Amino acid sequence: MAQTGRPLSPHLQVYKWQVQMVSSILHRVTGILNAVGSLIIVWGLASIAAGPEAFGTFTSVAGSPFGTVVMVGWTLNFFYHLCNGIRHLVQDTGAGYAIESFVRSSWLSIVGAIVLTALVWGYVLLGAQA
Amino acid sequence: MNKDLRNPLARARGLGSAKEGVSHWMLQRVTALGLIFLTLWFVVTVVSLAHADFDTARATLAKPWNAVLLIALIITMFRHAVLGLQVVIEDYVHTRWLEVASLVVIKFIAVLATLTGVLAVLRVALGS
Repeated sequence: MAQTGRPLSPHLQVYKWQVQMVSSILHRVTGILNAVGSLIIVWGLASIAAGPEAFGTFTSVAGSPFGTVVMVGWTLNFFYHLCNGIRHLVQDTGAGYAIESFVRSSWLSIVGAIVLTALVWGYVLLGAQA
Repeated sequence: MNKDLRNPLARARGLGSAKEGVSHWMLQRVTALGLIFLTLWFVVTVVSLAHADFDTARATLAKPWNAVLLIALIITMFRHAVLGLQVVIEDYVHTRWLEVASLVVIKFIAVLATLTGVLAVLRVALGS
């Protein structure tokens, strides 16, 4: 970097971690991962169109231990992006920018995603036993 | 004296240096709004099919309303994904040729995936 003698903005390592930083970074990360997930949806749809054998391959991969971990992680990933996306749409109207409510809504996105994921997988796994 | 260095006509058109105004920003949000409803419907549908066999899954996909909503989901989802990935690439990829190449590659993949998904739904819905 050129030695200009001008003050630098603080590096990321110097910042104390705050939930607003986490929710912002997570929104991008989960967005990228959802883009990858969208390809899995296309794979699933194409396997139904291709026939029982291809669908069987898809469900056995998705239902394997590794596949299940990916599916649970993807669910959490998706619900976080959904909750925080709604938060951003609300903020686009100009609402919720006071620091207090900004922090509170950050936590709401994170907790909301965990709760929704637990509800979905609780339902799926209990349904498997019934 | 007018301190705005921009031509009055450019100001009136409101398209800015990217020549597309706020269309990227707006489309990102309109697709997001649509995806709230489409993805929630999709999650409910998939969860209801979680332990279903092939015939049930196929019959569900073949229902006209499900097929319509799925096609809407596929198109909206990939449009939204490209807009988002584009911003991330523009922010973090600083080598120009790599940036342009990445932007083109994600668009190619998104278009191919969209067409593959739509064709799959149509094949099932139209019963071939």
